[in-house]
Amino acid sequence: MDALDRVVKPKTKRAKRFLEKREPKLNENTKNAMLIKGGNANLTVTEVLKDIYAVKKPFAVLYKRKNITRPFEDQTSLEFFSKKSDCSLFLFGSHNKKRPNNLIIGRMFDYHVLDMIELGVEKFVALKDIKNSKCPEGTKPMLIFAGDMFDVNEEYRRLKSLLIDFFRGPTVPNIRLAGLEYVLHFTAVDGKIYMRSYKVLLKKSGCKIPRIELEEMGPSLDLVMRRTHLASDDLYKLSLKQPKGLKPKKKKNISHDALGTTYGRIHMQRQDLSKLQTRKMKGLKKRPAEKSAQDGGATPKKPKSA
Amino acid sequence: MAAVRVEAVLAAAEEQEAEKRRSITVEKELELEYDLGNLLAVDRNPPPAAALRGAGPRREALLRALARDNTQLLVSRLWELPAERAGGAGGPLVAQLPEPTFRLPREKPAPKPRPPTRWEQFARLKGIRRKKKTSLVWDEQAKEWRRRWGYKRAGGDPSRAWLAEVPAGADPEEDQFARLRREKRERVARNELNRLRNLARAHRAGSAVPAAPLHPTGHQDRDELRRVARVARVSTASLGRFQPRLPKEPAEPPSRSGGKKRRFQPLLGNLAAERSRQLELLRDMGSKKPVLDITRAVNKQLRQEEAEAAAANKGKKQSKRGKRGRRQQRPGRSGKKSGARRQPQQQKPAGGGTGGGRRKKA
Repeated sequence: MDALDRVVKPKTKRAKRFLEKREPKLNENTKNAMLIKGGNANLTVTEVLKDIYAVKKPFAVLYKRKNITRPFEDQTSLEFFSKKSDCSLFLFGSHNKKRPNNLIIGRMFDYHVLDMIELGVEKFVALKDIKNSKCPEGTKPMLIFAGDMFDVNEEYRRLKSLLIDFFRGPTVPNIRLAGLEYVLHFTAVDGKIYMRSYKVLLKKSGCKIPRIELEEMGPSLDLVMRRTHLASDDLYKLSLKQPKGLKPKKKKNISHDALGTTYGRIHMQRQDLSKLQTRKMKGLKKRPAEKSAQDGGATPKKPKSA
Repeated sequence: MAAVRVEAVLAAAEEQEAEKRRSITVEKELELEYDLGNLLAVDRNPPPAAALRGAGPRREALLRALARDNTQLLVSRLWELPAERAGGAGGPLVAQLPEPTFRLPREKPAPKPRPPTRWEQFARLKGIRRKKKTSLVWDEQAKEWRRRWGYKRAGGDPSRAWLAEVPAGADPEEDQFARLRREKRERVARNELNRLRNLARAHRAGSAVPAAPLHPTGHQDRDELRRVARVARVSTASLGRFQPRLPKEPAEPPSRSGGKKRRFQPLLGNLAAERSRQLELLRDMGSKKPVLDITRAVNKQLRQEEAEAAAANKGKKQSKRGKRGRRQQRPGRSGKKSGARRQPQQQKPAGGGTGGGRRKKA
C-alpha cells in the first residue's frame, strides 16, 4: 500500500505524461475495462470474456492468467489491479457448482469498488459461431434497453447504468451517420436479461431517413441476475457529482425572448446631457451675440463673416 | 373530367408518400426516451412476456423484431440532428451530437486545486506581486540582447569565471572557486528539497491522510509530532492536567475550548478587578479621543486591500483562504490593539467608516 502511495518523481517526459494521464481531471478519459478470469473459469466464461474484449477493443485489457480471488469477499486484489492498469470497469468470470458460468460486472470510483453485480450466463452464442461479416473494431455501439423492469427495480436500474457505462465507448461530438453499424439490445423480461448484438443495414426508403434492417452478428447472452453489491446512496451521489468547471459559463447581459430576438444589455455611466453630442442643426446654433451675453461678456470672439 | 383526373393523381401521390413513410414509421404505446449524446434509447413498453417465454427461434425472431423497431426509432432521431458534410462536398455526412444527458458516475473524484506553497502564502500575506520580467537583457560587453539565464546568457558563463575575489572577512587561504561551487551545490539542494516538500504537502492535502499514525522515524515532520504529542498528553485519566512537561516544551495554559468561544469572567470573584474594569470603561466612554487608532486601522485596511488585489491579480480564487489566514494571525500580532479591541464591536464600524471616508478624499 505504501509503495503505491509514495510520491513518484518522474525522471523522463514520458513518465511525466504517463502520470498526468492517470491523475484526476476535469474532463475524464474514456473508462477502461479489465477482463479477469477467476481460479476456475471454464470454456464458456473464457469465450464470453474474449468476445467482450473484442467488442470493447482499445479500451479494455484482457488478463490471460487465472486469478484466484473472490470479489464479493475480498476486493483488495481487484483494487490493486485497477490501480496498476488504471481501469475503472471490470468483468470477472468464474465457474463453480453453486454458481455456474458466473460473470461479475462492476465499476470503481477512485480505485475502490463502487458497484458490483453478479450475472449468470444461461446461453451464449459467440462471435465466431455466427458466420457473417462483422463491423470494424472500435465502432461506437447504439444501446437500446427494452422492458419496464429497467425502471421499476432499483437493482435493474443500477445494472442499466453499469451496462451503459461499460459499453458506451468514447464520448464524441460528431458522428458519421453512415457509420452507425452496431447496436446492442438489452431486453429485461421474466427475471432474465437478453443481450443481443446486431449489425445495422441502412436500406433505401423513399425519404431521407433510411429503413433499418438488422443482422445478428455479435455475442448474444442470456443473463440472470444473482448477487449484487451496490454502493450506498451517498457514495453514489458523491461519484455522480460533477465539478463546477464543467458547467458551461453563462454569458451575462444577454437574453432571448420567445420570438427568437436576442437582447443585449449595456451598462453606462451617468451622462451629462447638456454636453451630449447630437446632430448639428445649423439653425439651432447659438448666435455669437447670445453666446457672449450668456458668458457674461468674458472673452468675446470676433464674429465670423459667414 | 380533368378535375377528377387531377384529384386521382394527387390521391395516388399521397398514397405513395404514405407508403414510403410507412416503411420507416413504428407504432409504439409509450414513446422511447432518447439520449442522443450516448446513442441511447430506453423503451419502457413491457415486452410480450408470454411470447418470449418459449425458447428457440421464435424468441429470437421476436427479439429481433423488437430490436429492429427500436433501432428504427433511434436512427430516425439521429438522422434528424443537424448534419453537415465533413471535408468538402464529397465527404461523409456527419451529425453533431448533443451533450450526453444520462448521468454516469465519474471515474475519479474532481481534481482539487493544489494548495499554495510556502512562498505563495507569504507573498499573499505581504502583498507581493509577480513582476513581469523581460526575457532578453542588454549585455554591455557583448553589445547585444542576451537571455536573462541559460545558454549564452548576459554576463557570461558563470562556470568560466576566471576571477573570484576574496571577500573582506574571509580566510586568505580558502579556495574561493571551491567555495562558490559548494555554495551553488547547496543552493540547488535546498531548492530541490523545498520543491519536494511543497509537492509532498500538495500530495498529502490531495489524498487527505487525516491524523495518520506516526510513521517510522525519518518521516515525521514538526506539525505531526506536535499534534501527536498533544494528543498523547491529553489521553491520560486526568486529561493531561498533572502531566509533567517535556524539557523544551512550552508551557501551554489549558484552554479547554481551544480558544474558540468567548470566555466570560466569573460573576463573583475579584471585586477590585471588576471595579477597575468598569471605571476604565466609563473613562473610555467619556473621553473625547477615539479609542480606535485611526491611522493604524487605515494602514491595516490598505494592506489588506493590496493583498486582495495581489491575490485577484494572480487569477486564483484563493483570496478567501488568504483572508481566513490573515484573520487568524491578527489577534496575535497587534498587541497594541488588544486594549482597544476590548471595546465592543460598535466602535469599529464607525471608526472604519470615517477612516474610509477620510482615505477616499486623500
